[in-house]
Amino acid sequence: MWEYTDKVQDHFINPRNVGEIEDADGVGNVGSLACGDALRLTIKVDANQIITDAKFKTFGCASAIASSSVLTEMLKGMKLEEAKKLTNDDIAKALGGLPKEKMHCSVMGREALEAAIANYTGALLPMAQGEVVCECFGVTDLEIIRAIRENSLTSVEDITNFTKAGGGCGKCEGKLRALLAETVEGTAGLPAGAPRKKRMTTLEKIKKIEEVIEREIKPTLKKDGGDIQLVDVDGDFVTVSLRGACANCSSSRTTLKEYVEKKLREQVLESLIVEEDK
Amino acid sequence: MAVLPEQVIYMDNNATTRVAPEVLDAMMPYLTQFYGNPSSMHTFGGQIGQAINQARQEIASLLGAEPSEIVFTSCGTESDSTAILSALQTNPEKNHLVTTRVEHPAVKNLCDNLESFTGRKYHVTRLPVAADGVLDMQRFKESLTDDTAIVSVMWANNETGVLFPVEEMARIAKERGILFHTDAVQAVGKIPIRLKETAIDFLSLSGHKLHAPKGVGVLYVRKGTPYIPFMNGGHQEHGRRGGTENVASIIGLGRACVLAAEKMAEENTRVRALRDKLEQGLLSTIPKSLLNGHPSQRLPNTANISFEYVEGEAILLHMNQYNICASSGSACTSGSLEPSHVLRAMGVPFTAAHGSIRFSLSIYNTAQEVDFVLATLPGIIAKLRALSPFWEDQ
Repeated sequence: MWEYTDKVQDHFINPRNVGEIEDADGVGNVGSLACGDALRLTIKVDANQIITDAKFKTFGCASAIASSSVLTEMLKGMKLEEAKKLTNDDIAKALGGLPKEKMHCSVMGREALEAAIANYTGALLPMAQGEVVCECFGVTDLEIIRAIRENSLTSVEDITNFTKAGGGCGKCEGKLRALLAETVEGTAGLPAGAPRKKRMTTLEKIKKIEEVIEREIKPTLKKDGGDIQLVDVDGDFVTVSLRGACANCSSSRTTLKEYVEKKLREQVLESLIVEEDK
Repeated sequence: MAVLPEQVIYMDNNATTRVAPEVLDAMMPYLTQFYGNPSSMHTFGGQIGQAINQARQEIASLLGAEPSEIVFTSCGTESDSTAILSALQTNPEKNHLVTTRVEHPAVKNLCDNLESFTGRKYHVTRLPVAADGVLDMQRFKESLTDDTAIVSVMWANNETGVLFPVEEMARIAKERGILFHTDAVQAVGKIPIRLKETAIDFLSLSGHKLHAPKGVGVLYVRKGTPYIPFMNGGHQEHGRRGGTENVASIIGLGRACVLAAEKMAEENTRVRALRDKLEQGLLSTIPKSLLNGHPSQRLPNTANISFEYVEGEAILLHMNQYNICASSGSACTSGSLEPSHVLRAMGVPFTAAHGSIRFSLSIYNTAQEVDFVLATLPGIIAKLRALSPFWEDQ
């Protein structure tokens, strides 16, 4: 049982500003179904650079919904320049605090805000350009360094609570420890503008695979009475389950390799290997 | 603000159960007047040993076992650790364990730690399950080797209620000279068990899952099965488990086992019918909801249902507004960041794994309670879906 403040409970049970602004000036999408939480923030900005409206849609737990809801309340009437300075801690404080294991929900709110502002101004999102450290949740070194600095984090557990990094397979623990040591000693630095080498994060990979399956593969299989479901993505291994007519079809293996794998390799990543979940 | 028992609709009986009033009555004298130590020489203490042995008899009777095969422990987890570590110690030349990918953390984490903390001295085969949570018996047979010390497979899964054919598996293991342990914490009292007629060497049970209090468990150890204790100490339990007996809870567990035997028919008729009504009602009124686990090869009290595109903790907290108690396999409720290992092993898609809710009933549930949940839940799911950025695309 989480210890939620009355404010969190209120925003969870009676969320404010739910929905999407139709002609939004800025849209920020963060998170995914696979990760367990996701937020779509839409904002309206007037000629005076003031946020006149903000709406959200959130998939996630109580604190994710409450963080999103309180954020939209804070944003309404706020100058864009001020909104740019909002931190995850501001969101958490507006809720009267969050359990430390749930701080990543406030971080998600801030990231959605940054994405929506970037979408409005046309700027690049600096944090996404770092190098992915946590493959499970697609968290970059830049995001981790910033979380350590802004929230004075002191342990790997803190990093996981704030960014989710290290909360999956745990393989990146050593890297997180090193980042923590570097950042606290002040040797690690946020980039002075030059973007680093960009590679596909696990999150982007999953999203893209989902998209190709939904857009292309599923409709094709459905024509023959079949169906497909994405089960898991682990590195380059993509596990799917074939449903409907495909499940018992003698040529399902061919469908899998010659069609599904081929499509995903063409459109997502050349190195993908598709396997069926038996 | 406290929530009183008469206000709640308690459908979380796989987590823990209420202590039956009859059980508490049986325990009270041992929490008040009869405080003696059963190991004492005087009659005041010594007479308590007789009460413990009566409880032992009652428990053995529910399990179809001999009283001498019952060892009292503090919980299911202790029973699991005792059985598995005993098997490894009595088979020092063997380094292999067979288990499943869907075990309770009591077995899962013990096996994981045995592997990682012993420099890989031990290696573990974790049997996969199909999409409906059922084990592949062929894979099981193939997993057994001359190096296998013990097989540990749960009788019923705590999250889905899916039953495993442990009696058949124990026979197969026995033919190969391999010890067999089953974590039957969820199964005892819900399905008939006749250990005498099986080849099972060790069975774990936990008092608080069958209307006895928390803090008492049992390890069944088949007569003749080599055994080395986990808790060393005094001569209690004939040297098989040191430590002064948790007398009142042991007496309570004995009474709970008598009650369980009496109520087993009801569990499999009335409770099953309530569960089925709840399950079918939810699946038919809430779109994009699906059952996790085999429809029939399952405990009579458990229903695990996923509501796609919404998150479990959010569902539970809305249910909490109505004092409906259940649990979820979502990441947010586990305190970790990943959804239940059981649902992941079954290949439940991401869209559904985070939105799973487990309802587990008991003989104390009523038809009115089921109707109330059926009337309440569709609104909760609809409300959360209206918030979900993924739902509109459906």
